[in-house]
Amino acid sequence: MEAYNKKVLALFKHPKNMGKIENPDGLGKVGNAICGDILWVYIKVGKNKKGQEIIKDIKVSTTGCIAAITSSSMVTQLAKGKTLEQAEKITKEDVNNALGKLPEIKFHCSILAQDALKKAIQDYRSKKNK
Amino acid sequence: MLMKTIYLDNGATTKVDPKVLEKMSVYYTEKYGNASSLHHKGQEAKMGLEEARESIAKSINAKPSEIIFTSGGSESNNLAIKGVAFSKNNRVHLITSEIEHHSVERTFEELKRQGYETSFIKVDKEGFVDLVQLENEIKENTVLVSIIHGNNEIGTIQDIETIGKICKKKKVLFHIDAVQSFTKVPIDVKKINVDLISLNAHKIHGPKGVGALYVRDGVKLKKLNDGGDQEYRLRAGTENVPGIIGFAEAVKLANNSSNIKHMTKLRNKLIDGLLALEDVRLNGPSIDESKKLFGKDDRRLCNNINISFKYVEGESIGGYMDAKGICSSTGSACSSKSLKPSHVLTAIGLTPEEAHGSIRLSLGKFNTEEEIDLVLEVLPAIIKKLRKISPLIK
Ligand SMILES: Cc1ncc(COP(=O)(O)O)c(C=O)c1O
Ligand code: FES
Repeated sequence: MEAYNKKVLALFKHPKNMGKIENPDGLGKVGNAICGDILWVYIKVGKNKKGQEIIKDIKVSTTGCIAAITSSSMVTQLAKGKTLEQAEKITKEDVNNALGKLPEIKFHCSILAQDALKKAIQDYRSKKNK
Repeated sequence: MLMKTIYLDNGATTKVDPKVLEKMSVYYTEKYGNASSLHHKGQEAKMGLEEARESIAKSINAKPSEIIFTSGGSESNNLAIKGVAFSKNNRVHLITSEIEHHSVERTFEELKRQGYETSFIKVDKEGFVDLVQLENEIKENTVLVSIIHGNNEIGTIQDIETIGKICKKKKVLFHIDAVQSFTKVPIDVKKINVDLISLNAHKIHGPKGVGALYVRDGVKLKKLNDGGDQEYRLRAGTENVPGIIGFAEAVKLANNSSNIKHMTKLRNKLIDGLLALEDVRLNGPSIDESKKLFGKDDRRLCNNINISFKYVEGESIGGYMDAKGICSSTGSACSSKSLKPSHVLTAIGLTPEEAHGSIRLSLGKFNTEEEIDLVLEVLPAIIKKLRKISPLIK
């Protein structure tokens, strides 16, 4: 196993927001072209007091590795309650800052969740504009 | 909380048997001489060295002069293959299989870069070498066939008797990498036609960094290490006498059929228990057929289990097992730094997804039935947990 830092392994034991949402408002599906693993992000959209659209609920399901599971847990934790605009801007650096660095070779695994989240938001918007 | 370790990665390396360490330590602190020195301290070490050589030779029915000590399996494989290739004047042809350990696979790749001709023989879905292709590939300029005896990832034990006969008929040298099979599958160099055998100590409860190459009398090798005249001038360097003493002791202790029976029983229990789960497949030879092919012998290493679980990632399974104190591996230890599926699992026809969902559990003589029972409780729960978060499952 590639060496992961303590923070990553602790989160791996109890990752947050794992699973599915029935009838999500937005669904984002991505695949890791290198290993063949897949990752889906499900969102429910609500409104905050200012009337802005926010991520009310978010879940991730994946066939992926430790890097995929922990980085996606972190992305959901960062995104939950944020406005859609804020959530879209979550970067690899945000995940790294919160989690510590993931192994270099796991780069593709660790950006799956943020990509899937962007797709889920796009999916929500395109459905809404229909 | 102190967690008890359940070590199921004996294919990567094993715990040194305390009895082995005891024998070794004398050669660090008392009989510490250089075996090449003529004084009594040197001769003391030399005596231990030669006794160890004799006893390891005996274990495969070879002569002591046919055993060359090395730093381990990788070096033995390099010495066998490059040693044969470099002993020829031309860029000759060498043959191996698609499921070799990196130390053979990459040695072949290097030879190819240097202009040698190489062929990789296909295997069937259980990992057995295609004997028809093998025989057809042997040409006028072929000098060596190198085949892994017991596969480190999927446990396939090749029919070296038949391959040996083919090599003899076609007059080419035959090398086997017996690092995983040594002391688990009987090897008798008088009964089978094999010219070179790679062995090591750390897979059989001996020390790391020690191995040997059996070189049949009369086989010419070009040495890779220049320097002193040690090891019949085939491998320069002061002998690792304490390690070699430990190696010989490990072989002696392993020469005990009850170890094999014990591991076989645990292996079968673990395989049966895991195959009862949904959407799993055993990679490598099946065990219910195991008694048939080579008569009384098994076709799968007595300590190897390799299983693919659909819809989940092997690394994640390993991670949750580790959190429970259980050591396992995905792919082989050295390749777990790569995202690419194992070349061995690909060679036996697994899709990348199936290969990624695989784990290897490898037993040792110190494992107990209670440990296996615990694994059979813990592992299915882990699979269930991971499948719950898999998008491929409703
Ligand atoms: C089949 C096989 N060959 C060769 C080796 C290399 O042996 P060593 O670690 O002693 O270099 C190993 C283990 O790592 C192995 O499993
Ligand atoms: S190896 Fe597939 S997601 Fe990381």
